[in-house]
Amino acid sequence: MTKENKLMIILRGIIMENPVLILVLGTCPTLATTTSVISAFSMGIAATIVLICSNVVISALRKIIPDSVRIPCYIVIIAAFVTAVQMLLQAFLPDIYKMLGVYLALIVVNCIILGRAEMYANKNTVLDSALDGVGMGLGFLLALIIMATLREVIGNATFAGIEIPFLADYKIPVLTQAPGGFLVYGIVIAVMNKLTEKKGGVKRKSFSCEGCPSSATCNKSTCSNTSNKEVEENA
Amino acid sequence: MEKLIVSTSPHIQSKTSTQGIMRDVIIALLPAAVAGCILFGWKALLMIAVCVATTVLSEFLFNLLTKKEQTVTDLSAVVTGLILALSLPAKANIFHCIVGSVFAIVVVKCLFGGIGCNFANPAATARVFLIIAFSASIGGATAPALGGVDLVASATPLEIIKFGSDTTLPSLLDMFLGNRAGAIGETSALALILGGIYLIFRRVIKWHVPVIYIATVFLLSLIIKQDLTVALYQVLGGGLVIAAFFMITDYSTTPINTLGKMVFAFGCGVITVLIRFWGSYPEGVSFAILLMNILSPYIEKLCAKKPLGKAGK
Repeated sequence: MTKENKLMIILRGIIMENPVLILVLGTCPTLATTTSVISAFSMGIAATIVLICSNVVISALRKIIPDSVRIPCYIVIIAAFVTAVQMLLQAFLPDIYKMLGVYLALIVVNCIILGRAEMYANKNTVLDSALDGVGMGLGFLLALIIMATLREVIGNATFAGIEIPFLADYKIPVLTQAPGGFLVYGIVIAVMNKLTEKKGGVKRKSFSCEGCPSSATCNKSTCSNTSNKEVEENA
Repeated sequence: MEKLIVSTSPHIQSKTSTQGIMRDVIIALLPAAVAGCILFGWKALLMIAVCVATTVLSEFLFNLLTKKEQTVTDLSAVVTGLILALSLPAKANIFHCIVGSVFAIVVVKCLFGGIGCNFANPAATARVFLIIAFSASIGGATAPALGGVDLVASATPLEIIKFGSDTTLPSLLDMFLGNRAGAIGETSALALILGGIYLIFRRVIKWHVPVIYIATVFLLSLIIKQDLTVALYQVLGGGLVIAAFFMITDYSTTPINTLGKMVFAFGCGVITVLIRFWGSYPEGVSFAILLMNILSPYIEKLCAKKPLGKAGK
């Protein structure tokens, strides 16, 4: 892999490889915590902190962790950080701790964090992994805030708990419930695809390795050996 | 005729166009719209105008913004707006009508690729969306305001049957003519059947679909409740007649071949009855349509005709 610009590592996570809107990872916390801007913001920050810390530690230990048991090792490392964040929130911000509820503990199995550990941190240096964590975390935070803003402003006529008076008669409460969450999620992804398409982004139609948004960071030699290519050749 | 045109099949040409079909559907919906306006007064007229204007405008703007071919002139947006307005009760908030119309066109139709590409019926989906989103304004119904009386919220016949109520059921003749609580276009079975017969006569729809749908609901209600009157109320109540002629006959969201259409209509009938008798909502027509819309590709596959003389299996 060629040396990447450090800034690019951060920017990639925010736009071109946005974990929520392009990679479509971490859907469950996205839908669950974007009912209000405050809970989305806290969720984004908590996940970002865990992501940066776990990326750093996993990257530092990447030569020690045996390949066959790497997933359990990642989970133990991530769980340790999640527990720390959970306890800190419980001690200092109990309201937010209550608001996030079970989704805070579920950061342990968040696909974004596991995905970055597997896809990036165990192949790259500590600094790069930390920057990747920052980028991906900010991308997650940004996506959450965009969705939460849309859902809270249109669905509840408030922004971060502050009422918007002239919208009060025109709210669409369903957007703060689960069906509205899926609806807003789909529309935001569609808009995002449309916007990145123009800038020569990833070819969305192809399902092979080249079509994968992570093809740059993913190890291509293992990818081409998978059944994906064999299927194409047989067909 | 400058030169010989060589092209692939089909070679048979007819003057039928999307616009022509949609014009026929609009003509067929007019009796129901007029009946709605007579029964529910100016509010019905206002709702129809708002819904049609919003659907047409949102399709026009969507195509303009996404630089797609302009498809407003095929009149399909007018049909969607008209059916949506007719399937809402007269007490609906105008803002909610606008939201529903934009949802029907932009989310259900245009985002999936425009006319012919949507997998679910825009009007039925928008109605379900509105019922879930604004149950206070869209759920329930309004009694007809014949003779200038103010619109009063009232239980629909189906709600009376399902939940019981102080109000008495309207007579079967009133049910047929439309003098009962309900959405503005669904109450008058007479007007809807007139429109439906016009569509069948113009060969826009096949008679199998509405007949099988209505017969399924009628027979199942008869078998389950063992009561002819209840079965007749089930057929004339709710949005069953408007759905039978105008929603489950939609081209893009139902199977293409006749056998598939018949299976589709039967499935809609079964789901409608199940929801009406055992679901939590008193009315199940739009949910049934939506569920069967999702199944229609599979019905299509199962009902496809085997080409004669095809080699292989």
